[in-house]
Amino acid sequence: MAVKKEPTKSNVSKEELLGFYREMLLIRRFEEKAGQLYGMGLIGGFCHLYIGQEAVVVGLEACTKEGDKRITSYRDHGHMLACGMDPKGVMAELTGREGGYSKGKGGSMHMFSKEKHFYGGHGIVGAQVPLGAGLALADKYLGNDNVTFTYFGDGAANQGQVYETYNMAELWMLPVIFVIENNQYAMGTSVKRSTKSGTFFGRGAAYGIPGEQVDGMDVLAVKAAGEKAVAHCRAGQGPYILEMMTYRYRGHSMSDPAKYRTREEVEKIRSEKDAIEHVRDLLLNAGLASDEDLKVIDREIKEQVNASAEFAKDSPEPALAELWTDIYA
Amino acid sequence: MATEVLMPALSPTMEEGTLAKWLVKVGDVVKSGQILAEIETDKATMEFEATDEGRVGALLVAEGTAGVKVNTPILLMSEEGEVAAAKAAPVAAAPAVVVAAAPVAAPVAVVSKASADWPEGTPMKTMTVREALREAMAEEMRANPTVMLMGEEVGEYQGAYKISQGLLDEFGPKRVVDTPITEMGFTGIAVGASWGGLNPIVEFMTWNFAMQAIDHILNSAAKTNYMSGGQMGAPIVFRGTNGAAARVGAQHSQDYAAWYAAIPGLKVVMPYSAADAKGLLKSAIRDRNPVVFLENEILYGQSFDVPDLPDFTIPFGKARIWRQGSDVTIVSFGIGMKYALEAADILAKDGISAEVVDLRTLRPIDYDTVLASVMKTNRCVTVEEGFPVGSIGDHLASTIMQRAFDHLDAPVVTCTGKDVPMPYAANLEKLALVTTAEVVAAVKSVCYR
Repeated sequence: MAVKKEPTKSNVSKEELLGFYREMLLIRRFEEKAGQLYGMGLIGGFCHLYIGQEAVVVGLEACTKEGDKRITSYRDHGHMLACGMDPKGVMAELTGREGGYSKGKGGSMHMFSKEKHFYGGHGIVGAQVPLGAGLALADKYLGNDNVTFTYFGDGAANQGQVYETYNMAELWMLPVIFVIENNQYAMGTSVKRSTKSGTFFGRGAAYGIPGEQVDGMDVLAVKAAGEKAVAHCRAGQGPYILEMMTYRYRGHSMSDPAKYRTREEVEKIRSEKDAIEHVRDLLLNAGLASDEDLKVIDREIKEQVNASAEFAKDSPEPALAELWTDIYA
Repeated sequence: MATEVLMPALSPTMEEGTLAKWLVKVGDVVKSGQILAEIETDKATMEFEATDEGRVGALLVAEGTAGVKVNTPILLMSEEGEVAAAKAAPVAAAPAVVVAAAPVAAPVAVVSKASADWPEGTPMKTMTVREALREAMAEEMRANPTVMLMGEEVGEYQGAYKISQGLLDEFGPKRVVDTPITEMGFTGIAVGASWGGLNPIVEFMTWNFAMQAIDHILNSAAKTNYMSGGQMGAPIVFRGTNGAAARVGAQHSQDYAAWYAAIPGLKVVMPYSAADAKGLLKSAIRDRNPVVFLENEILYGQSFDVPDLPDFTIPFGKARIWRQGSDVTIVSFGIGMKYALEAADILAKDGISAEVVDLRTLRPIDYDTVLASVMKTNRCVTVEEGFPVGSIGDHLASTIMQRAFDHLDAPVVTCTGKDVPMPYAANLEKLALVTTAEVVAAVKSVCYR
């Protein structure tokens, strides 16, 4: 039998821990529902689920202030929920409906919320990295102390434009945090089969960018590392790299048969490292919440997700005239 | 025996230059490699070295003389001991001849004086396309603090083609940003900055290098407003020299007009005259959408009349009729206009009256002006430098066929560059480019003459 991870001792407050639990659970239940809707044919095209990686975005969002920006790849549903976007609008975009964040014209991979400073949702692997540095350049130019969280995976980390961006981000001291979500598989290619570099964050050293590897399954460790990185950026010291060691439980996309790894490997991580179970144990073991308290949260989240699915099914398809709108600003 | 030292060609497109400063005087003994003079081209001030040893016998061109043609003798080098004083012409006399030899800029002569772009009686000033582009950027940067310029060599080098000369001095390094040679990276950064509240102008040293960045121009800049349901337009200008320069081979000689004009979400501008370059670039910088602005190295040094107005802009989607005509419509844009206007001059002598339409913007295209002209002349020839397959001319031919078929007295003929990678050899390069003679022949064919 697998040994569970010893809960991290922390001075985190009860409210904060309960908040983490709630937010991570929302992402997981939302993604499970998206998987179901995909199976029912209500969601089309590509759909990349974030299940397993919840602690990364939830821990980092806990370090943000109003004005901070975030940008990521096509595996973006978790990031949107974590920064406060409405699950209904996200789910309705997945179903390609008028009520979606992009009026149904973007889909799973291309969603944005200027209001929540969420800049996508980018379908080209690695493209979001210079784009994120550009958001940071604008903030520096405008003279505020905002920070941009630029998320990308271990697959994108081998793209050339990442290193072009590292070079300029450090040269110009841009307030950008490069968050490498190392879930260990670039689609079906494991890190071992794609690089001989020992770490991804270590590549930043070639450009003078500090960074570290973080247990991305531990939301408290993520938050602690995030606070350090944010302080570095806000102090005008340039970019910072966080390599989040994480794991995705589902396939690359809905159509992935996952032949490149064993079921046992997935099960082992789930049982030993699961981010939500970790917080659940912290809450229960410290007597901060009872089973009953957590069941109430579970029920509320389930209702919230069901409501988003109902909204996404009921929202009409975009009007045909929408084909010709928004081509130009 | 005295040897003539000739005015050197210091760039692929240099035809003349200014002898800015002599660094030797008559009687000096010079060694091979010694700097003889500073020569200013339209791109930079260069030091010019002696290739042989000898004694300076005479300086044939006075310091400060502009418009010295390439291959004009500028210095007489005597062999050691030879007395050249007798041969030396008075230094001031020579340049007068050289200056007189400088030609009048040909395209200006055929410009229609009537203009829909500025009010009658507007004072005009003569300036090059290069100066017009620079003035457009400087004016917009003065007016709007979020307008900034980035690219390779735009700052301290003063621009690879001197378009951004002086901007670093006026606006400082925060707003005139030299980038490393990293097109994909800095283009992505600029697009992100445009979402973050800036109005970046990205200079590509040439559009050929933007191939490394085309993903960000198309996928990041052009499509995001649509994909975001209208939340995120990218107010950004991508500009630089496009098309063939001279003798720089296949990788540096390509016209991207038809490529970018195919993409919804982009606006595409390709000016010919300095007035259009200025007015359209100012409009581009103010636009809330990504604008691809295609310039031409050969046109940079050409002079045109530009309205001397404090805030002169030209809207997108309005073609300019350079020359009224009744027998045939010639539609072109960018440097293609040079061939179109030259051809119209030649055709006039043969009694064929050509109407010459400059599209100026390729997205949006002013179909109405083209169609109205074709309905009047019943014949159409298109002229562009790009490849023939999927050309702007193909698109116009198809549009004209669908919307003005009954008005056509002949098939539309498209004049384009040839369907080959650009060769280096001078004779082959000439053959690969569209020519005035081809335009004349095409017009005669549609006129059945």
